Amino acid sequence: MSSKKEISLEKAAKIVSSFKGKKGVLIQVLQKIQEAYGFVPNKVMEFIANELKIPESVIFGVVTFYAQFRLKPIGENLIRVCHGTACHVGGAPEITAALEDELGIKDGETTEDGLFSLESVACLGCCSLAPVMTINGDAYGKLTPDKVRNIVRNIKEAKQ
Amino acid sequence: MTAKIKVLVGVGSCGIAAGASKVYDAFLKASKERNFELKPTGCIGMCYSEVLVDVFEGDKRTVYGNVTDKDVSEIVESHIINGKPVERLIILKSDEDFGESEFISKQKRIVLRNTGRIDPKSLKEYLQNDGYKGLKKALQIGRENVIEEIKKSGLRGRGGAGFPTWMKWKFAYDAPGNEKYMVCNADEGDPGAFMDRSVLEGDPHSVLEGLAIGAFAIGASNGIVYIRAEYPLAIKNLSKAILDAKENGYLGKNILGSNFSFSVEIKEGAGAFVCGEETALIASVEGMRGMPRIRPPFPAISGVFKKPTNINNVETLANIPWIIQHGGKKFASVGTENSKGTKVFALAGKIKKGGLVEVPMGMTIREIVYDIGGGTSSGKPIKAVQLGGPSGGCIPEKLLDTPVDYESLNATGAIMGSGGMVVMDTSSCMVDIAKFFLNFTQKESCGKCTFCRIGTKRMLEILTRICNGEGEEEDIEKLEKLATKIKKSSLCGLGQTAPNPVLTTLKYFKDEYIAHIRNKKCPSGVCKPLIHYRINDNCVGCTACSKACPVNAISGTVKNKHTINQDACIKCGQCIKTCKFDAITIE
Repeated sequence: MSSKKEISLEKAAKIVSSFKGKKGVLIQVLQKIQEAYGFVPNKVMEFIANELKIPESVIFGVVTFYAQFRLKPIGENLIRVCHGTACHVGGAPEITAALEDELGIKDGETTEDGLFSLESVACLGCCSLAPVMTINGDAYGKLTPDKVRNIVRNIKEAKQ
Repeated sequence: MTAKIKVLVGVGSCGIAAGASKVYDAFLKASKERNFELKPTGCIGMCYSEVLVDVFEGDKRTVYGNVTDKDVSEIVESHIINGKPVERLIILKSDEDFGESEFISKQKRIVLRNTGRIDPKSLKEYLQNDGYKGLKKALQIGRENVIEEIKKSGLRGRGGAGFPTWMKWKFAYDAPGNEKYMVCNADEGDPGAFMDRSVLEGDPHSVLEGLAIGAFAIGASNGIVYIRAEYPLAIKNLSKAILDAKENGYLGKNILGSNFSFSVEIKEGAGAFVCGEETALIASVEGMRGMPRIRPPFPAISGVFKKPTNINNVETLANIPWIIQHGGKKFASVGTENSKGTKVFALAGKIKKGGLVEVPMGMTIREIVYDIGGGTSSGKPIKAVQLGGPSGGCIPEKLLDTPVDYESLNATGAIMGSGGMVVMDTSSCMVDIAKFFLNFTQKESCGKCTFCRIGTKRMLEILTRICNGEGEEEDIEKLEKLATKIKKSSLCGLGQTAPNPVLTTLKYFKDEYIAHIRNKKCPSGVCKPLIHYRINDNCVGCTACSKACPVNAISGTVKNKHTINQDACIKCGQCIKTCKFDAITIE
């Protein structure tokens, strides 16, 4: 999902209409929006505010409160490195460091070619396979710095 | 093929991460050709050997561990077709083995009675294993007797605080109003805890049945499961269970022909640890920022959309059908005087046999980590066991004989919490662990209470300074002062318990803090600014380390002792991992 493209409100209108008349649905609406657009665009927030009669400030408050919501588009491959307790003692900091080095970006950033985004998450709940990361939802366990470098290189190569 | 053969593949999230889907697909292909029964199941519990495959020949069970898709054809050909089990992959076989294996025999499974045994997507299998019998009985004995039975059982909340479940139900039962809410708190946010996920993935109906029994008791017609969005498989299996239960009359209008109606919907959390707190969870269910509010009014009086609301944790609810079916007395016969029943722990960290274990309350931590967990994976001694996540604390080795019950654990400064049990060996730095948890709570603080918002930030700054070798003598006192103030002046559990990891490490591992502050040393060799890698006389000049070094900081010629350029070294530890001669030391 590129930010340069004009954001169409068609998808947002469909999502909002399926929730109309129900109470307490703002988070659910935003989750669907993010699923459809890859992030929560400003223009869509403005649109929801008008449709659901909720102040835009409240919507912005909710979007920025929860870790799940993003205000910027992400890369094609979202890498989420688990930094739960078990992963931390198992070497998660080295995993993130190796990925930062391999991708040339910092935690929380997206590569210039839009191929990768790197994120830290609190706990993925696969503690016995620590350290763990997911790429677009698929989990990789018992990681080492070398292993993650290889995984990333394979994705890059497959793309070329 | 002689006896009827059934194959179970563990396809919980952990299993899938280890490659269970591929293994399952390979079996599926073979099962069509070879005509044996194949079932997916949830977490079998022995996560240390994922992917796990169970082969049943009638009642005879063989458990295979560390299976990859490449092993499948061998298991099929040798075991299933020719009756010869594949020895090299077996972790447990025959009944004797199950009796002898302490991983199995020391456990008592009430919550996990079906997890890893049945197909979580099959209502039929749940019914075959006493499913919805508790609900049937509840409808027969009536609301008051259900609460009475839970009172007899002595069940206390498994989410952390350990409040008596029956009392909570009684408050909601007594609350006036026709519209009430029964909520399942599945916002399992403690890093290091994954039992709620495993139960929801592996046995979703047990949670729904518990929820329905509770709803019947308090008089609720609306049900909500508030679950972390990070658990997609749990959401998927639970959604299927809700649909199936509805279609078959276990949820919905006039359940099992009675006049009790109850519907359940799923609300996905959006990633905020504080939403595990009841009033914050309620705000989040209503679609708002998940910030806690002052109590009273308690949720039992004014909860979701200002209606009387009762909130229970996943594990608490999974106990309920068993209690109603077998009676509170039977449940109360397990455990200690004040902590009844069992507790599920997610055993992780530096442990040999990590996984999901359920033990009777009162078992000592030592029994859990050594007898069941097999000790450390590294072979190094245990330094501490972390219990209760960011709200809990580190229990030192010398206190491992503490029994797991609410009061004994509280006395150590840790808490029972939701059941994360992370084992740390001598290579873990306790100051670093305290910093790790503070970093977490500081990020997750919702910002409402000043001491929680700013106090945790200041504590984190001090801890970071100490780990960087810039600690000052007064820092320990400052930490203690701040900790007391944060505990006193925070509205909710997050702030009130946030200082616990610092306080327990200060209590039991003060010498490590002092080493960091006074001697500028990290005894465990974790805090990078305080350590140096050096090559000792064991070096034979094999050049392996200099090839492994990502920044070319190691120089030396073949067969001569190498040296590390300290200015270039990034302390990544690659050299130590590569060296076969113990020639690199951390100072």
